[in-house]
Formats: sequence, C-alpha cells, structure tokens
Amino acid sequence: MTMITLQGVEKHYGDYHALRGINLDIQAGEFFSLLGPSGCGKTTLLRTIAGFEDVTDGTVTIDGQPMANVPANRRPTNMVFQSYAIFPHLNVAQNVAFGLRRRKDLNAAARNTLVEDALDMVGLDGYGKRAAHALSGGQRQRVALARALILKPKVLLLDEPLSALDKKLREQMQSELRRLQRQVGITFILVTHDQEEALIMSDRIAVMFEGQIAQLADPQTLYRRPISRQVGEFIGVMNILPAEVKIAVGARIAVDVAGLGPVMLTPDQCPAGAKTGQTHVGIRPETMAIAFENDTDTGNLIDGQVEEVAYYGDMTYYDVRLQNIERPVTISMKNLVGRHVLQRGEKTKVRWDERSLVLFKQ
Amino acid sequence: MPSDTHTIKGLKLVSPPLLYAVLLLAGPLGMILLFSFLPQPDNPTEATFTLSNYAEAFNDPIYPELLRRSLLISGAVTVVTVLLAFPIAYFISFHVSPRHKSLWLFLITIPFWTSYLIRVFLWKVILGFNGVVNSSLMGLGLIETPLQFILYNPTAVVITLAHAFAPFAILPIFVALEKIDRSLLEASRDLGENRLTTFIRVTLPLAMPGVLASILIVFIPTVGDYVTPEQVGGPGGTMIANMIQLQFMRLDNQPMGATLSVLTMASVTVIALILLVLNRPFLRTQR
Ligand SMILES: Nc1ncnc2c1ncn2[C@@H]1O[C@H](COP(=O)(O)OP(=O)(O)O)[C@@H](O)[C@H]1O
Ligand SMILES: [Mg+2]
Repeated sequence: MTMITLQGVEKHYGDYHALRGINLDIQAGEFFSLLGPSGCGKTTLLRTIAGFEDVTDGTVTIDGQPMANVPANRRPTNMVFQSYAIFPHLNVAQNVAFGLRRRKDLNAAARNTLVEDALDMVGLDGYGKRAAHALSGGQRQRVALARALILKPKVLLLDEPLSALDKKLREQMQSELRRLQRQVGITFILVTHDQEEALIMSDRIAVMFEGQIAQLADPQTLYRRPISRQVGEFIGVMNILPAEVKIAVGARIAVDVAGLGPVMLTPDQCPAGAKTGQTHVGIRPETMAIAFENDTDTGNLIDGQVEEVAYYGDMTYYDVRLQNIERPVTISMKNLVGRHVLQRGEKTKVRWDERSLVLFKQ
Repeated sequence: MPSDTHTIKGLKLVSPPLLYAVLLLAGPLGMILLFSFLPQPDNPTEATFTLSNYAEAFNDPIYPELLRRSLLISGAVTVVTVLLAFPIAYFISFHVSPRHKSLWLFLITIPFWTSYLIRVFLWKVILGFNGVVNSSLMGLGLIETPLQFILYNPTAVVITLAHAFAPFAILPIFVALEKIDRSLLEASRDLGENRLTTFIRVTLPLAMPGVLASILIVFIPTVGDYVTPEQVGGPGGTMIANMIQLQFMRLDNQPMGATLSVLTMASVTVIALILLVLNRPFLRTQR
C-alpha cells in the first residue's frame, strides 16, 4: 500500500530552485531514507511532507489524502527535528505528553500510562520528572522520538536525528531505531547525509543531488549497481576506469576497460543502459583483491605495483598502479590470519572479477 | 594556597564596582533608613531613635492613600505599557526580516533622544485645555467645549509614563522572543497545535522572563516618579514621590520623607518578590 506519493514537486526559494520535479512513492511500513550531500534539498523535501513548506508546484498525497491546504498540525505525520526541539519549559513527561492535549478521550491516568509506555519504549523509563535541560544529546533524541511516536502517526519524519551524537551512540541508536520501526510498523522517512547509516537502516533509499532524485533503490542495488558515477562515488568508494563500449546489441555488451582489458557485461551491469562509445566503468575496492601466493580463488589476474598503504586494523587499503591507466585503483583487503601487509613499492598481482563492474553512461 | 590567592584576586577584581555600589547604593540607602528613625524637627524632645514616624505614616490616612494610589497608577502604567510593548516586540522579532530588525529597534529609541522633561511637557501640550487633542476635536466639530478629563488627572499620568517607558518594556520582551528556537514553534505545530495554541503553550511561557523583566523595569521606577504627576497629574494624580519631595524640600521634614521612602521601597520590593515567586516555573527552566 502506498503511504506517500509526491508528484512533480517543485520548490523555489526566490530565485533558488531547491526541489526540481520530485516524483516518489513511499510504501506503508517502509523504512525510507533520503540520502544526499548537504544542501541538496533533503530537509526541504521532508518539510514539504510535514507541511512546513508549501510546494511551488506538484502534489503531496499522504494515505490517499491530497495535502494541499492541510496545515502541519492536521497532517498524519510527526517529526523528530534535527535540533530535537525539546520544550525547555517542560519536563520530560510534559514534553512527551505535549501532543496528547487534543486527545479528549483520555483521562489523566490513561495519559500517564501512555507517557510511561512511550518512555519505556525509548529506554527512558523513570525519566519523566527530569527537566529538559538536564538531558544529554542522546536522551533528548529519545524524548523527541517518544513525543512523536506516542501520537501513533502514519508517518514519522526524522531529519538527521543521529548526526549530533558521537560514533558509539550513533551506531547504537541506528539499530535501536530500526528495531523501533519494526516494532511499531510506522512508515519512517529518514534524512541523512551519511551513506553508511542509510545502507544499514533503510528498506529503500532515494539519493538526491541538487534538488533531484538521482537514484531510488534498495541498499544492495544502490551499492552494487549505482546508476551514475556521482551516485557510485557518493555511496562508499568506487574506482572509476575509462572504458569504451565496442558492441551493445541486446544482452551482448562488449567493453574495453582501460587497465583491465576486454570484458563482456550483462544488461544488469548497465543500470543506465549501454551504447557504443567512450565512457567509464566503476568497480568497488572490496571486489578486487591482492593475489597472495597461497590463495586459490579464481578470476582474472593483472600486474600492479603498490603505491600507497593505509592500515585500518581490520582492513588494509592499497592504492595499486595498473598498466595503461592514469590513476591507481583502491583495493581493500581484510586482514585475515596469516595474511601479511604489503609495503609501498612492492610488485603484486591483482585479482578482479568482471561481474563486479558497472557501466556508466559517461 | 591557591584558593586564597584566588579569593584575593577575585576581591581585587570586584572591588571597584563593590566600592561604587557601597558608596552610591548602600550608603544613601543606609542614610535614608537612619533618617527614618530620627525624631521630626517639630518634636525635638523625643528620644534619639523613634518609631513615631512609622506610626504617623500608618495612622495619618493621607500617606497610605497616596502610596495605594501610586501603586495603582504604576500598576496601570505597567499593564498598559507591557500590553502595548508585547505586540510590538513580537512583530519585530517574528515578522521583520533579520536585516531590518536593528533599524526597527533604532526607530523605537528615537523618543529617547529628547529629555524626559521635554517629553512630559510635550504631553501637556497634546492633552492640555487648549492642546492638540482638544483643538483638533473642536476644529472637527466633534466637541463643543474642551475635554477636561484628559489632563491633570491619573489618566494623563498613565499615558505620559506609558509613553516614556515603552522602549524599556519592548527591549526585554524582544530579547526573550529572539531567544526562542523557532523549531520549538514548528514542533508544537507538528504535535497538533494551531497558531493560537502554539502561542499560548510555547511562545508565551518562553517569553515570560522577558515579560517579567519588562514589568519590573516599568513598575519599579514609575512608583517613585514625581515629575510626571507634578506636571500632568493635577491634585487627583499626585503620587507618593510628590509627598516625599514635599517633606524633604518644602517642609524640611527629612525623617518623615525618609520614612515614606522606606515604606515605598518596601512595598515595591514585596510586589517584585511576589511576581518573581509566581513566575518561578518560567524562570527556572530556561536554557
Ligand atoms: N527558507 C529558505 N530560504 C532560502 N533558501 C533556503 C531555505 N531553506 C533552504 N534553502 C536552500 O535550499 C537548499 C536546500 O536546503 P536543505 O533542504 O536544507 O538541504 P539539506 O537538508 O539537504 O542539507 C540549500 O541550498 C538552502 O540554502
Ligand atoms: Mg538538512
């Protein structure tokens, strides 16, 4: 079932064109992420759904209802603000109960039970009497969550809710948010500029650049088959190699890749289509490998020379120069037992697999 | 010991303002307090220290009546000023673009470029028997004879003082409104409240420290004002400060003047404290 539909949504701020023709369907119960660099219009898009911004053109539909002329306070959405927006003059319980004032069917006892349950759900049981200003960043975020979820909205909107937290807490909250979403079954729309966060948490991700959706896909498709160089390079690390498409007839796509040689690709590897001519292909660092003598993997082998080594503990990243290409390729290797770390300047063999190549339009 | 040197350093740092405060605030206050216990000049036989001034201040009906009237007029001035100041401060904070805010604040201070006395006389000209208001209304044929009730009475005092203190009231409210994180208002809308209920549940409570500051800033000095009541108040608009001035300057009765001063200050302090206590929930949780 479709929960949110955006059709041809445009937003202008004076001369600035913040949203350019957004078309989007978000399913009920989905964990959906808007991912993009800062300034690409993620917050603006979220705010048009929440009702804080009017669209210049296009329509927003939530649960079958057109949202034109429906103010924020009458939309079936609730928001967790980037700053959390905890009311400083109210304590934790009063903050969480803020939206319940309009629920005339509740008596004081029922209200308290709801607040207790909501605080319990976000792991803040017993914090009701705390003053808002006595909370840590992570606790404020939980209060903001409880305050929104207590109203059982159809859609929960989250604007970079984790970006102010430190790394450990952020990772903990990522899995907690995911768990909460499964538990309550509400549609979540998360705005983030952190590609890892989007991949970990989402059912589907829309990647935005400059007010437009560049690609909308599930995490695996997005990572393995990015539609453009821009998307591929924004999501994780991607080696980009010049290539020439020699033949593109139906399922037969023959490509000459600089440094790697001629390969045959499947249409699945060409998400943006394929036509003959000069272009580029992408390949992920972990789909290539340094070929150590004792490993028995199959695949293509080519000669290379290590230019740079970055040791991360669990992983080592090598920049390896291949013949016939300008830029070295990045290769990541797990530091398995018995596997030594190469030195700069060492000659090596690189193993790669043509199934991991992606062909771009340009 | 480091804490001792810290203490000395701290004392050195605060000593100039401390000296200043002692000389200019505590000194005069102590003097007034002392004077209020001295016998009156027409009664030199009494003991060195006496409570008779206070007894007289409570028993002679004129003094409590004047004090009551002063507090009422000041209260009215405060209510009028703050009620007018709030919408102005709200407008500047919420509806003037950030580039123009300082210009607006600047415009508000313009009345302060002339002296207080001149502004009082100005109101006299405007409200007077042959003043601007009366001549305009008569010129328009709306009234036959000049309106009497607009000058030389408490209303004129309220109008003049409210005008004089308006900027003082606007600024603290403006500052409090500026400090409100706008996402709080959006959060309130998001949680189902409309514009009006958002104002009542979020904007107003968060603006209360500013409103309270405005109330005190207007109320405290106006209780003791004597220029405005003297100039535009007439007999019905006389306030306690006029009586204090009379005791000190004309009747040469410093002990009685000092006693009335002490009682006025005490009443203002009590009212201010009550206001602060009533507003404690709004003041405690800021930040
Ligand atoms: N109220 C506004 N007035 C003018 N420009 C705005 C306004 N809000 C956002 N913008 C502009 O729109 C663009 C997108 O902003 P935003 O949606 O906040 O980006 P993101 O959340 O992806 O970082 C930015 O360039 C920003 O400067
Ligand atoms: Mg943003």
